[in-house]
Parts: sequence; structure tokens; C-alpha cells
Amino acid sequence: MNIPILSYMVFSPILGMILVMLLKKEQVQGIRWVSAIFSFIPLILSFFLLANYDPSTSKMQFVEFHKWIPSLGANYHLGADGLSVPMLFLTALLSFVSIIGSFNINFRVKEYFAFFLLLETGMLGVFCALDFFLFYIFWEIMLVPMYFLIGIWGGPRKEYAAIKFFLYTLFGSVFMLVGILALYFTVEPHTLNMMELIRRAPELSRGFQLIVYVAFYLAFAIKVPIFPFHTWLPDAHVEAPTAVSVVLAGILLKMGLYGLLRVSYPMFPKAALYFALPLALLAVINIIYGALVCMAQKDLKKLVAYSSVSHMGFCVLGIAAITVTGISGCVFQMVSHGLITGALFLLVGVLYDRAHTRDIDAFGGLWVKLPVYSGIMTLFCLGSLGLPGLSGFVSEFMVFIGAFPVFKVIVAIAVLGVVLTAGYFLRMIQRIFLGEFNPKWEGLPEISGREIFTVTPLAILMIFIGVYPMPLANMIRATMENIVRLVGG
Amino acid sequence: MSWLTPDINFKIISPELIILIVALLVLILEPLLKGRSKNILPHISWIGVALALVSVITLWNREELGFNQMFILDNFSCFFKIIFLSGTLLVILSSISYLKEEKIFHGEYFSLILFATFGMMLMASSLNLIVIFLGLEIMSLCLYILAGFRRYDLKSNESSMKYFLIGAFASGFLLYGIAMLYGATNSTNLKEILIFTQGFENPLFLFIGLGLILVGLGFKIASFPFHMWVPDVYEGAPTPITAFISSGPKAAGFSALLRILLFAFGSLHIDWSFVLWILAVLTMSFGNVIALSQTNIKRLLAYSSIAHAGYVLVALVAGGDSGISSAMFYLLAYTFMNIGAFIIIIFLGEKKVNLDDYSGLVTKYPILGITLALFMFSLAGFPPTSGFMAKFYVFSSAIKSGYTGLAIIGVLNSFVSVYYYLRVVVIMFMRAPVDEVQKVPIPFFLGLALLFSVWGTLHLGILPQSFLTLAQNSIFSPF
Repeated sequence: MNIPILSYMVFSPILGMILVMLLKKEQVQGIRWVSAIFSFIPLILSFFLLANYDPSTSKMQFVEFHKWIPSLGANYHLGADGLSVPMLFLTALLSFVSIIGSFNINFRVKEYFAFFLLLETGMLGVFCALDFFLFYIFWEIMLVPMYFLIGIWGGPRKEYAAIKFFLYTLFGSVFMLVGILALYFTVEPHTLNMMELIRRAPELSRGFQLIVYVAFYLAFAIKVPIFPFHTWLPDAHVEAPTAVSVVLAGILLKMGLYGLLRVSYPMFPKAALYFALPLALLAVINIIYGALVCMAQKDLKKLVAYSSVSHMGFCVLGIAAITVTGISGCVFQMVSHGLITGALFLLVGVLYDRAHTRDIDAFGGLWVKLPVYSGIMTLFCLGSLGLPGLSGFVSEFMVFIGAFPVFKVIVAIAVLGVVLTAGYFLRMIQRIFLGEFNPKWEGLPEISGREIFTVTPLAILMIFIGVYPMPLANMIRATMENIVRLVGG
Repeated sequence: MSWLTPDINFKIISPELIILIVALLVLILEPLLKGRSKNILPHISWIGVALALVSVITLWNREELGFNQMFILDNFSCFFKIIFLSGTLLVILSSISYLKEEKIFHGEYFSLILFATFGMMLMASSLNLIVIFLGLEIMSLCLYILAGFRRYDLKSNESSMKYFLIGAFASGFLLYGIAMLYGATNSTNLKEILIFTQGFENPLFLFIGLGLILVGLGFKIASFPFHMWVPDVYEGAPTPITAFISSGPKAAGFSALLRILLFAFGSLHIDWSFVLWILAVLTMSFGNVIALSQTNIKRLLAYSSIAHAGYVLVALVAGGDSGISSAMFYLLAYTFMNIGAFIIIIFLGEKKVNLDDYSGLVTKYPILGITLALFMFSLAGFPPTSGFMAKFYVFSSAIKSGYTGLAIIGVLNSFVSVYYYLRVVVIMFMRAPVDEVQKVPIPFFLGLALLFSVWGTLHLGILPQSFLTLAQNSIFSPF
């Protein structure tokens, strides 16, 4: 098969961006539909990936390789394995959904969609780049549109939030750059090929691995975010426009975890083993601390944002365990959190667009007035708190099973996080949807067809993975086994 | 003393000759032409520069000595001439509308720019300290006048005066250093100095001389602590001249520094590299930290240009083949992105130099806003622009030579710099426009220069291989 399917996927949004920029500022409908179509192409292609992916091997598939800058050892090298394919699919799906969800943007429409499409290219590129130079470029490129999207279309403190997000992430990336260069010059012959570097990992000394691991960890931990680097997240999420929050929570956070699994673990196995316990401790801090902060939130969006911090803790715990079940649980949680939190942000946006407030205490008894909206919102909240039968349960369960044999006490504490999660979500549901109806919201319109359309695929997938997780589990198994084998845990 | 027959080879100095002839032609035509016919002068100048560029390219891959070993034609000098000539071309093209706007449209402006370019080319192509000094003086004297070209403006006068006084001071250092070296090695020829330094004993004079030369050239490249003139001169000089000073002369200073340090003193690398290490760190950090608090965009870019000199110094510390070629690549990339940023400031005029004047620029002039953002991201070192590629190359050559600490300080510095470059972008994109002044169309030649800079910035960022190969083929054999 010689179709460069990954390139088509990565660059079709860029093509859309160019088209959008050629359109006139006033052709708002045209801009919206061009963006929707060009973000739909990667989605179709990702179905093609899912269908043609061979789950029996952990080898890279759909590989593309071209020489690019020989003097710097950089090549154009793309490929996907059991870790990338679900992420690519999630990215394509959430980007498309977000673009449909952004149709109500009326301010500087042209720039908005141009930046959004550029962002999609960056995200897709990160998940399939196999050359460090290319990986770094996509990793950085993505920051620029994100920065504009928060800074122009965001809430009242948008400039602060945008620059905080940008500087935090960049701070991590510059260390990653030094790490990449150090790796490049340590391995003989010099190479930036990630697959080749993984093969050569046993040659790296333990001391070197520890140092480079820390350099990469800074970049990835800030992105996840792992405590204590999480402070950019609530600011960015609260100020960002709805669709951007969706992408931020649904995809950008996953890049840090993806990086840990793609780079840190296979390339620095000795360091990964050494840092497993500290990582698990940080994970449990994320879980409990995030959940406790959620308990105290009055702002609905901030609550969902901090719930992400808590949920990312489960992912990190799964990674720290270095067992096949644990890491698979992490990937499950990545997908599941992407679907659920993406939908939650969309739904928070729906309410905010109508009520112009996100104060949890300002509402009450909305179920009477908005039965459909309340039903959908409650479904996703239940998914997020880990109700059996929905995807959140499967992933958290796998993480606990995978991590329990390794860290008994830590897992026991982490399970408390699930209780806390149930606590804050139920409290939120009760305050907003149940109780006495606040007559102030008499004129609130019900959720529209377009908005239902955006969350439907997410709901279907959430239930599907919750009820029948085998297809996803089968797809990622070989890759996860390979990662665990490489680390030798 | 033996009798020297004149060793004249016109072929190897053909680019210099073209520039010189065009400069003289413009100077002669200026009083002869009257009124509107003077409009032809800038066009004669830029065509001359383009011709010189072509003749440089035809001289590629030839290595010849001439004029009694005073002048050398090699790929190293050709690469630097490409940098100078591209910079000059961009500056001339973007000056035309500016000079009319400021009512200082005089032919000698172009003539002086061309003479300055001639001086730079001489510096890059010389194997003799005296000729380097000669080139430096030709260049500097023209720049002193150009900095004060808005003669009715006090700031421009101040700029010229300051530049002249400090520049003359620096020249004194340089000349004294050359004298010391002559005393130590009995020659001003870099090849003979090279042979001398490979010997066993190196007198103290040699190092004092080298130190003084470092001070003299340090002024020209604006390295810490010899940078004090930069912000005032940059602020006061006419904006196209600011763009000119920040690219060409800086590159010329580096070309001389590269030849002296890595060629003549290449064998003493360990002796001078620690001095340069400290200078590089201080230059980068100082430039970036002070730039954080600037509110005038010309001053902001002045401090940024100090910081960029620091990054190039990192390449010099790294040394070796990749050090030399990464410094050259960096200077080429810097020329495009820096002049590109200045072109937009030139267009907006001398009255709009505060950052607040850039509020909502992108809604008023979408193309200018987007391109200025591109140059800012490039200066900050963001992929996929030339600034990233250049920084990547410089830092990778530093790590390759074992200066990992320096590379980490470098990337942290470029992290700090992101803040002030982004501030410009924030103001352009995220604030509402301030005034309702009528929109002016972008002049053709300025637009052309802008297009050329955008092309350079993106080409060197996305498909840099051709220019990397060029830079790698341009190094002189270290020693």
C-alpha cells in the first residue's frame, strides 16, 4: 500500500486553512463549511486507519519516510502503531466535533477557523511523527494557534491565560530540545529516528538516561499536567472558548502521556524504572488533590478543568505501574477522558451561551426546564465518575488492576479519588439540575440540534467502549506488551 | 625590503568593483539630475546590488589569493557577501517610500549605503588585519553619516554623534590590537600569524593584542559589555538605517572575528574560548532581560539584536566546522527575519514606534500583522521558521563540541526572549485598534522587500538543506 495516508491526514487541515484564508472575511458560512469539510477528511481517513490496522504486531504501520535535512539528520518520517492510532482517531473526531461546535463564533471568524485548522495539523502530526526533529516541530507549531485561540477568543483574563499557557509549555519544550540534541550526539552514528533510538536504548548509560529522562519529563509533565506543573491548566481552560477547551482537555493533555509512552519509557528504560515510584506518588497527588479542589469549585468550567487534573492522575498511575494492564488502562483512560471531558466542556459551553454564567449556585432545578440537556449532561457526568457500563469505569478499573500488584498502598489511596469524584459530580448535578427551580431561568431555550449532533458521537463511543471494550483492547495490546517488554519491568 | 610587483586581479574583486562603480555613479548623478528624475537613483543602486550578487554567485567555488595576499576569494567570503548584499538590497528597496515620506530623499543616501557595503565586503574577504581595518573604517564612516541622516531630528543627531564617538574609540582599540599583534608576530597577515601561533611559545603581547581586537570588534557586533551605544543609535537612526546597522555590519564584524579567532588563532582555541563563553552568556542574558521592559519597538529590537549576537558567539565558542557554518547560517537567517521585521516598522513611520501604536495592527493591515508575527516568531526561534533552524544548528554545534551548559543557557535565554517577542504579537492581535487614520496602500518596492524577507524566513525554516549545504561548503579549513 503506497498511499501516504498519514500525510493526507496531517496536511488536509493545512489545505483547509489556506482555503479559508483565501475566502473573504464576510463569507462566514463558506468559512465554516470549508473548515468542517477539511476537518472531516482526517476523520474519514482515521476510520480507514482503524480498519486497516493490523493489531497482531507492535511494528509501525503506514510508514512514510523521506529525506528532509540530511545535514541535521532530520527526516520526514511518519508511522502509527497501537498507541498512535487511537490517538489519531480521537484527535480527528474531537477536532471535527469542535469545529462544528464553533459555528456560533461570530467574532473574527476567518482567523478563528484558520488557527483551528493549523492546530489540528499540529496535533495530528505529534501523534504520528517518528523523527525527533519533526516531532518537536509539530509539538511547537501547535502552541502558536492555541495561544491565539485562547488570547483572542477567550474570556476576561484571556491574555494572561494565553501567555501563561504558552510560557509554561515552552519552558518544558526547551528542555526537551536539549534532551533531543543530547541523545542525537550520544548515539553513534548520530540519528534522530525515534525507532532507531529505541533500538539503541540499551547502549545508553544509566546516568545519562536519568538526566535525559528528567529533561523530557519536564516537557511531558507540564503538558499532562502532573502536579506541581498544573497551575496553567485551570487558567487556560476557564478562559478558552468552548471548542478550544475541548481540544485542550481532549487532546493536548494526552500529548504528555503519549510522550511518556512513546519516548521516555522505551528510550530510557532504566530511568523509567528508577522514577516509577515517584511518578506513582505524583499521580496519586494529582488524583486526590484534583478531586479535592473540584469539591470547592463554584465555577462549572473550573470544576471540569480540575476534574481533568484528577483524571490524568489515573493515567499517570497506570503508566507508573509498568504492567500491560496498567498501561492499557492509561490508554483507555486517555481515550475515555477525551470523549467524556470533551463532551462535558461542550455542554458547559451550551449552558454558558444561554445563561452567560457558569456559577453552579446560580442554577437550580433545570431538569424541569431542560430535560434533554440535563439528561445528556448527567450521562457524561456519570461516565466521568466511573459508572460501570461507561468507558470511564473500564479505564479506571484497568488502571487499578494493573497498578495494584506494584503499588498496593498507593492504589488504595487512589481509589478514594473515585469516591471524591462521585462526590463532586453528584453535588454539581444536584445543585444545577435538581432541587427548587430558579425562576430566573424561565426563558432558557433547550439544547439545539447542532449541539446534540456534536455530543452524540462522543456518547455513542463512551457507551460502546464501556460495554464492549474488546476492540480497543485488542488494538493496543501488542504495542503495550512491547512497551512493557522494552522497559523490562 | 624587496620590491613587490603590483599583483592586480580584477576578476576576484568584481563584486566589489560593481558596488564601487555604482556608488560613484549615484554620487555623480545626484547633482546632475533635477527634480523627479532623481527617482532613478535608488533603482540604479538596487540593480547594481543585484548585479554584484550575480557576480558573487559566478565566483562561487573558486579559491584565489590576490593583491599580495591581502585579498582572498573563497566560499567563506562569498557566503558573507551574499548576506551583505541581500541585506543591502532589502534596505534599499524598503527605503524608497520612507525617504519621500520623511522628505530626506537624497542620492548620497544610496551612495553611502553602497560604500558601506563595499567596506563590509572588503572585511569579509581579507587575509590581512590592515585591510580588515580599512574595510571596517569605510563601513563605519558611512554609517555614522547615515545614522544622522534625519538631520532636523535631535534624536538622529544624538544617534550619529554617539555612534561616531564610540565607534572611533573602538577603532582605536582595534588598531592598537593590530599593532600589538604586529609587534608579537612581525606580521599583519593572518596566515603568517597562524604559522606563528602554532609555535611553542606565545608572548604575552599576542594575547593583549588579541584581547584588544576582541574589544574593537566587540563594539561592532554589539556584544556585552561593548553594547552601550546600541539602543540609542538604533532608536535615533532612520529606521532603514537601523535595519541596515543591525544586519550587515554585525555580520561583517563576525566575519572578521571568525577569520581572526578560528583561522589565525584556531590553535589557541582553549585559550580564548572561555573568554568568549563568558561574553556569550552575558550578551545573551543581558540583551534578553533588558528587552523585557522596553516599550519602544526600535529599542526592543536593539536589545534583541544584542541577544542575537550572543547566540552567534555561542557558535564561535563551539568552533570547528559546524561552529563556523552554524554562525554563518545564523547570520543569514537573522538578516532576513530582522530586516523583515524592520520593513514593517519602516512602513509605519517614525511616529509610530511605541508598542501601543501597534494595537490591533492585524485588523487594519492583515498582511503586515501576519508577517510581523511571523518575524517575531522567527526571532523567538519558533518552528518552522529560519530562526528555529538557525538556533537548532547553533545549539547542536555547541553540544557537539561539548558545551552542553552553554547550550542550556542559550535555550533558556531564547525561552525568556519569547516573552517580549510575543508581547508585540499580543498587542497586534489581541488589542483593539487605537486610531482611525486612513489606511495607506503598501508601496510596491517595500512590498517586494517584504516578500523577499518572508520567502527567506520560510525557505530557511522549512527547506533549509540547500542553504545548509552552502554554509557547510563555505567554511575555511580551520587550521
